[in-house]
Amino acid sequence: MPKVAIRFTLNGSEAAEFVESGTTLLGALRDKLGETSVKGGCLQGTCGACSVIIDGALKLSCLTLAESCQDARIETVAALARGGLLHPLQRAFVETFATQCGFCTSGMLMAAKALLDHNATPSREDVIEAISGNICRCTGYEPIIQAILAASRAATSTAA
Amino acid sequence: MSLTLATFEGVHKAALALCTARGAHYIGGGTLLVRRANEGDLSIETFVRVTDPGLAAITLGPGRITLGASVPMAAIAARSELGALARAAKTIGGPAVRNMASVGGNLFAPSPYGDLGVALLALDAGVSIESGAGREEIPLETFYTRRQRLPSGSIVTAVSFARAALANLRFAKVSRVKPKGSAVLTIAAVLAEQDGVVSSASIALGCMAEAPMRARAAEAALLGRKLTREGIAPALAAATADTAPPTDAIASAWYRRQVLPVHLGRLLVG
Repeated sequence: MPKVAIRFTLNGSEAAEFVESGTTLLGALRDKLGETSVKGGCLQGTCGACSVIIDGALKLSCLTLAESCQDARIETVAALARGGLLHPLQRAFVETFATQCGFCTSGMLMAAKALLDHNATPSREDVIEAISGNICRCTGYEPIIQAILAASRAATSTAA
Repeated sequence: MSLTLATFEGVHKAALALCTARGAHYIGGGTLLVRRANEGDLSIETFVRVTDPGLAAITLGPGRITLGASVPMAAIAARSELGALARAAKTIGGPAVRNMASVGGNLFAPSPYGDLGVALLALDAGVSIESGAGREEIPLETFYTRRQRLPSGSIVTAVSFARAALANLRFAKVSRVKPKGSAVLTIAAVLAEQDGVVSSASIALGCMAEAPMRARAAEAALLGRKLTREGIAPALAAATADTAPPTDAIASAWYRRQVLPVHLGRLLVG
């Protein structure tokens, strides 16, 4: 199988690897770069578990070819915590019991981060829309919605 | 089996690769094709993509609006000038899918997907196709009858439609899951009125046949009629003519036929 070189910025650090041509970003991240914080769920673009942020836009790593990400800036959930401190979104997820089995959480957090990066004070409808491509089979969604709204309020009050 | 991604700056060389590479398929945003590959579709051996930024352009001309084939749904949804078409784009997938799924790909999406194409069909859009034989523009309605058997090496590069029609576009996507779900059916209509009655009507249906279709009988039944409950009754009675809806996990063919007149009525008179 032909191998190709891929290089991009992963969570602020340069990452480079040889992958088989046609490899998905999900496969490259997990199997080549050890970035197992990204979860593979349906592999059909339906569940959102594999969501990452590529050049500022939320995308599905299971349907993105690694070679199409040359020189891109990729963020995964592993980039959220800094210096041993949880990101406000992660803290809110813990405090509102927004994670149970945890399989959807990586994707949910990235969907939430993509929302707050563009809209610091989202409405409840904005939040529902933002996570509409992410499936959770444990929580019933309400704790996740509350967590994202709480994180937004916390960030806004900190900034004020 | 190995997969290969072949990247080209322009359409011409990509069209050539589609003709010569083993198991070659054109890839837009990947939401259809990579999904098929992940599901084990062995007919896919080579992904062919084009990076020409011109394919990702939205051109708002004075007379016509052109959407490049690589324009993602999110870019359309973000353009308020696109009115109901922007709202139609926003009904597709979640944010991640909208950041990836392209206009060109949407035209190839099988039922129950391809909602944007339904709106474009009501707008009487034209499809630009390039191949080794040259470039042609065909009506979207014609495209839908040929999309499974386009000549090898054909690449959809853009869709365009009259700007005037956009102001009269109405769109409805019916789904069971809120806020987002696959379509039970999709309806789009472009209506013009003169002297209080319908002077022209274009109605497109999604999930009512193998590909989006025009509701010609309903369109004819609307002409000269008022947009009232009584006025649209003949159109609603004719709405299911020539339809052959699929039965799938979302809805049965019977159910789709039953609810189409209800939702068409709501779209026409609110």
